[in-house]
Amino acid sequence: MLGEKGLLVERYEQFLSAYLSGRTEQSLYKAQQFSRKMIEQNISPEEVINIHYTVLESLNGDIPEQVKDSFDFLIEVMMGYGMAYREHQILRDKQLALESEIEVAASMQQTLLQGEVPTVDALEIGVISKAAKKMSGDYYHFVQNSPESISVAVADVIGKGVPAALCMSMIKYAMDSLPEQQNHPSIVLENLNRVVEQNVDPTMFITMFYGHYNTDLHRFFYAGAGHEPGFYYNALTDDFEEFTAKGLVLGVSRNTKYKQYEKKIEVGDMIIMLSDGVTECRTSSGFISRDEVISLIRSHMHLSPQEIVDNVYAELEQLQEFELRDDFTLIILKRTV
Amino acid sequence: MAVQSCVDVRNEWDIVSARQLGRDLAKDLGFSSVDQARITTAISELARNIYLYAGNGRICVEPIEEGNRRGLRIIANDTGPGIQDIRKVMEDGYTTSGGLGAGLPGVKRLMDEFAIHSTVDVGTEIHITKWLR
Repeated sequence: MLGEKGLLVERYEQFLSAYLSGRTEQSLYKAQQFSRKMIEQNISPEEVINIHYTVLESLNGDIPEQVKDSFDFLIEVMMGYGMAYREHQILRDKQLALESEIEVAASMQQTLLQGEVPTVDALEIGVISKAAKKMSGDYYHFVQNSPESISVAVADVIGKGVPAALCMSMIKYAMDSLPEQQNHPSIVLENLNRVVEQNVDPTMFITMFYGHYNTDLHRFFYAGAGHEPGFYYNALTDDFEEFTAKGLVLGVSRNTKYKQYEKKIEVGDMIIMLSDGVTECRTSSGFISRDEVISLIRSHMHLSPQEIVDNVYAELEQLQEFELRDDFTLIILKRTV
Repeated sequence: MAVQSCVDVRNEWDIVSARQLGRDLAKDLGFSSVDQARITTAISELARNIYLYAGNGRICVEPIEEGNRRGLRIIANDTGPGIQDIRKVMEDGYTTSGGLGAGLPGVKRLMDEFAIHSTVDVGTEIHITKWLR
């Protein structure tokens, strides 16, 4: 340690005497580079002044007393900066540690929440889900309980980041524990509502859209709990309709009942589910409208559902200048045969 | 062991006296001017804490020897309210955000050794040591 510091003083002396004899920009550049070296070695500001004084003294023996004493004064003044600097470094290290911890949690969440997208005859599925921060408060979940049917849930915790993600993990387990009712969207929501009401902080709410597609009947059964309505694309009329599914947000009141809706799906029709991160994209000219989302989907409609969602996301990302403000989830189911 | 010298801390002027006491001893022991500044800054912080939070206390300094090491020890004690959660006050960013200075973690970093004992409603005692290099 002492040897390293001795070396530092020696080099400081070289650079300073080079500067004092030539006053060139190059030796100033050297000084700038040297400061990085000193930061690397944890040399604090008051120490730098001491080094400067020591070197100055050895270069020029007769420094006036007043100048000498003024250095003690300067060191004292720099103590506060020195302490702030050390604290800053420690807080920065702490932040790095925290970030890597969140990184681990985020990748755990990814493996936990993002199950596989099933392959179903007669259906093409496109999914995209992006977290605004490292962890997502959006959640989607596919269940294929029999060859002729699949269920899909899209949920959004009011709130973002780690608390939302923790809450979401709970929902995931709650859903895994109700396998028998997965064909009945309204019952699923009623059960989840009870779980959320009993277990989640009253300030936290969850919205959910739950759908069940029967590929024998080509009927889509669905129910909603305060969730951003999706869209239904009618291929015959070439129209987009709102997928309204009224219902109270999960966790508000214990005995909430949810209404179940159903829709006949024809070849070429699409079911579009989303989180409010899609419709609440903020651009420089304000929120984008639901119509704009529709026209984005329409402009990519000739592509596969996965390509549609990827393209819509890419365009919205661009519109927002690559700064996602809310978690973003967009799912499209398309009947192909 | 050599004699302790102490300063009672009741008002802001006593902080200066405590600093002076530490400075003189540090100089006598041959500490560099940077280390002198570190020692007096640590004394300032501790004395300020006494003045602000306990109202009444004392700062003592003493030269110490251990094997062939020589150093300076500062003892700050008060009969103030004590510290509820020592872990919290030793956390970086906890006290400093209120603009109170470097806080105890800052003091700890200025010195080589740091020990704190505190009992609620009884008081706090802090020992800090700097060794001559």
